[in-house]
Amino acid sequence: MKIKELYSLLQGQEGINLELREDVDYSYVFAGDLMSDVLAKVNDSGSKMILLTGLANAQSLRTAEMLDISVVVLVRGKTFREEDLEVAKEANITCFTTDMLMFEACGVLYSNGLNGVPDDIN
Amino acid sequence: MTLIDKYNVVADSFTTAGKISSKIKDILKQLGVPSDKLRKISVACYEAEINMIIHSDGGDISLFIDDENGMVYLHFDDVGPGIPDIEQAMVPGWSTASEKAREFGFGAGMGLVNIKRVSDNFDITSSSEGTHLKVGFQL
Repeated sequence: MKIKELYSLLQGQEGINLELREDVDYSYVFAGDLMSDVLAKVNDSGSKMILLTGLANAQSLRTAEMLDISVVVLVRGKTFREEDLEVAKEANITCFTTDMLMFEACGVLYSNGLNGVPDDIN
Repeated sequence: MTLIDKYNVVADSFTTAGKISSKIKDILKQLGVPSDKLRKISVACYEAEINMIIHSDGGDISLFIDDENGMVYLHFDDVGPGIPDIEQAMVPGWSTASEKAREFGFGAGMGLVNIKRVSDNFDITSSSEGTHLKVGFQL
């Protein structure tokens, strides 16, 4: 799924870096608020992965940066602070907000063909 | 083994957590470390940096490269209360993280487990004076 479709399906708001990687076809989603759980799934799928989280601070962006995840979506209408957005800008991470609840956002993406992160391939 | 750089970690510096790991990732990327290895090194570095911020009174992260053996090493040396029971700390899901750490998305009890999983060498010692973690990665 391309970023434009993702933004539209999730009724995205306050997007930054949306113009980056317009051609990337995203395939996987990891949904969670505990970053070590995300970090536990390190594998080669990061560049095609979307992180859905309610963690609206720099640590969700840093986690994405470490795993080469290029899209972070904040659920439940949360937004990043200006200083946190600097991390996204430096690391070229696309991020936006949706008013959807985590469950709802997962359901929308799943029913449109996105999958969970594949098993660790290490 | 060559020391590339050494960084100071400040206890409770939650808002800037990950900055050192980001810097180390950049350095290794410039040195041509392949992306799959880089991700593993970054995960270990970030988890250990967070652990120092959450649990210690501060310390240092040192980055070494061993060209002869094709290895990258990270040493994490902190002062602080140490880990009373390392075996228990290695159990997935076990955590003593504070409420503040949880607010920042940590405290899943997967930190040391993740570090061990992604590294090729893992050595940890701890006393009431601090913790010393050495991890190595084959390139």
